[in-house]
Amino acid sequence: MFGKANHLAHAYFMKSLGKFVIFIGQLFVRRESFRTYFNRVMDESIKVGYNSIFLVVLVSAFMGAVTTVQTAYNLISPLIPNTTVAWVVRDMTLLELAPTITAIVYAGKVGSNIAGELGTMRITEQVDALEVMGINATSFLVLPKIIASVIMFPLLVIIAAFVAIFGGYIISLITGVISGADYITGIQTEFVPFQVAFALIKAVVYGFLVAAISSFKGFYTSGGALEVGNSSTSAVTQSCIAILAANLLLAYLLAPLLTL
Amino acid sequence: MIEVKNISKVFNDKQVLFDINITFESGKTNMLIGASGTGKSVLLKCIVGLVKPEQGTVEFNGRSFANASKDLQTEVRREMGMLFQGGALFDSLTVEENVMFPLNVLTDQPMEEKIERVNFCLERVSLENANTKMPSEISGGMKKRVGIARAIVTKPNYLFCDEPNSGLDPQTSIRIDNLIKDITDEYGITTVVVSHDMNSVLEIGDKVNFMHQGKMLWAGTSDEIADSDIQELNEFVFAGRLMKMVKGKASKKKP
Repeated sequence: MFGKANHLAHAYFMKSLGKFVIFIGQLFVRRESFRTYFNRVMDESIKVGYNSIFLVVLVSAFMGAVTTVQTAYNLISPLIPNTTVAWVVRDMTLLELAPTITAIVYAGKVGSNIAGELGTMRITEQVDALEVMGINATSFLVLPKIIASVIMFPLLVIIAAFVAIFGGYIISLITGVISGADYITGIQTEFVPFQVAFALIKAVVYGFLVAAISSFKGFYTSGGALEVGNSSTSAVTQSCIAILAANLLLAYLLAPLLTL
Repeated sequence: MIEVKNISKVFNDKQVLFDINITFESGKTNMLIGASGTGKSVLLKCIVGLVKPEQGTVEFNGRSFANASKDLQTEVRREMGMLFQGGALFDSLTVEENVMFPLNVLTDQPMEEKIERVNFCLERVSLENANTKMPSEISGGMKKRVGIARAIVTKPNYLFCDEPNSGLDPQTSIRIDNLIKDITDEYGITTVVVSHDMNSVLEIGDKVNFMHQGKMLWAGTSDEIADSDIQELNEFVFAGRLMKMVKGKASKKKP
């Protein structure tokens, strides 16, 4: 029985993957003018990037502050210098928290929004209206979202990293778990510049995954309001799974470069 | 002229269209009527290329559409205007932006020309003061009229209307019907209207095509409906009291 279920799940996965690849392929055929895409990318950048700044700043500030406090209480030892706390906070922020946790938050906010928007456009025949006008709806609606996401999410990650490390500094000053001077010294200790590149590579991949998966789920919505809700939920869930899988793969591929 | 040849369509092992053949004549309002669920909207979607039929083809003035290259399909589609059942207006755009949308994306016209054309089309549908309104701020009838304005803004050769009267009060329905008829006559375009509103059929239909359970059963002029001996058509048409009266008058006229 499990063998058959496994086979069906495998077949469903392969069918969905094939459909997704075809969907991505459709983004690059029958495109409109550059001016049309430029305007659309600008609009989408505001929606996916600018409108997410507040949430990213809020989450990152708390993330940095909590990481600092937790690390400080776990490293109370006369043998460990206080600067280690800030060092750990910096590495955790750059390597994992800023790109990956922000991506999860981003999937929740932007992914659900993209799937909901495209799903609603699909069930209210707005996508059909574009097709009847002779416009490639996939390319017109989805490509600008993906481009905007790939450009804007790395910028959000840069903001998140800065705010998280700054949040750690502020909480150090407020609570006194380590001194401000130790914190500043700690974040400069054994800094590997490739960590920033690593975070940005992850950000580009996550930005693509969230926009592409959410668009895919929204674009193929059929039915009514209930299905639009299901598409949004599915978009967030699958984006999160894809982020975690990509995180593992990128860590496996790129982590060795950190030690060079 | 649009020629539908041998169109069949299957959804999930259920056949919804059976070998449909119709000719929609140029410069005329061609009605496609039938009960709900009979396949009218699916046929319309096959004609405009939103649904791919399993069999058959559609020719627009001799150009085969269903099996054509993507470029030819795009070329033919840019000669189409379509009014959707719910209007299908873009929620994030104003009325003016909705109507201007095809011009912005499909043409390189200067802005002054586009504004002039949009204002002309909005005036044509009596919505000259609605430019800045959002779709959520206007009524169902107004949405339909904006949909018509958007459909005709690129001066199409073919106009498709999917149940233009659904959800509208009788007065607004008549207004929309007259608008479709006037536009068809004025610009000499080929118009296909999917409807099950018999008042519309009698009012504006130059040619009527009747579908029943996925099959094309009857075609003729609206004046010939009363004389039809197709049982399904009679049951559909004379279900309404108004049509019973029409039938009565038609019978009296007969020698």
